[in-house]
Amino acid sequence: MADEFTLAGQALGSRLLIGTSGYPNRKVMLDAISASGAEVVTVSIRRISLESYAESMVDLLGGRWRLLPNTAGCATARDAVLTAKLAREALGTDWIKVEVIGDRETLHPDVEQLLRATEELVADGFTVLPYCNDDPVTCRKLADAGAAAVMPLGAPIGSGLGICNPRAIEHICARSSVPVILDAGIGTASDAALAMELGCSAVLLNTAVARAGDPVAMAAAMRAAVDGGRLARLAGRIPRVTHAEPSSPQLGLIGT
Amino acid sequence: MNADIRVNGQPEPLSAATVAELLRSRGVTAPKGVAVAVNGEVVPSSRWEEHRLGAGDEIEIVRPFQGG
Repeated sequence: MADEFTLAGQALGSRLLIGTSGYPNRKVMLDAISASGAEVVTVSIRRISLESYAESMVDLLGGRWRLLPNTAGCATARDAVLTAKLAREALGTDWIKVEVIGDRETLHPDVEQLLRATEELVADGFTVLPYCNDDPVTCRKLADAGAAAVMPLGAPIGSGLGICNPRAIEHICARSSVPVILDAGIGTASDAALAMELGCSAVLLNTAVARAGDPVAMAAAMRAAVDGGRLARLAGRIPRVTHAEPSSPQLGLIGT
Repeated sequence: MNADIRVNGQPEPLSAATVAELLRSRGVTAPKGVAVAVNGEVVPSSRWEEHRLGAGDEIEIVRPFQGG
């Protein structure tokens, strides 16, 4: 494939990564993931409870997709590091989406704790994919610390507000030494296309598909949007100007 | 003896001798997808049978769940 996406040395056939939370039911989740074309799907790590033990995400998903565990809900580097180690043991993967939440209401990352967790996990051999703010400085520090990619938010998790600060995302993409994966905030297909047009290497989303009117159809829309946005990025958009530029020739007009 | 341990945040009497015994008491027999930490350190499934539990131990038993 000419336009292959490589993440931490792994060639992936899709630039869309998708979550497994909040679907109406298991069948819709599986159908939506299939329709999205994603190869990487995210899961959380939670304490077992006897009621839900029977339904194993590993059995359900493990054979068909690469599972990317997250540290969602952790508020400290310490908890995120232990969750990552438990995830590695549970799933046999050293890939980890590191989330360290600093604010329960906005779910914004705690940058200081996130950096600390990233450093510790990189030192321990993990492939670290940090969920972070849309801040070029934070992204650079995470990349310098050894993150395999940076995953800035477009808007707060689950908000569906799209990309609130496209200029910041564009800056991050222009300067990043590692792939940029737009994570969180996507509401609909045009948001995913915009992320790709701004230069992101991939998009990670969940709620926009899981809670859509028709999750399977929205998954297909996201797939097409990511592909379309990527093609447009590679094609190179025209510059924005503040005046009109006629597209038809100005010579040979009748009546002149 | 009134020795307590904490399992997933909940206190309970220490009745299992090892991690494996504790897991069996909860119906967890297949290690697939399950991970255990004792006092903040992961105990690999290969060591569940031999890892002895003691009073005051804090045990976390986790598995993958839906997530974004």
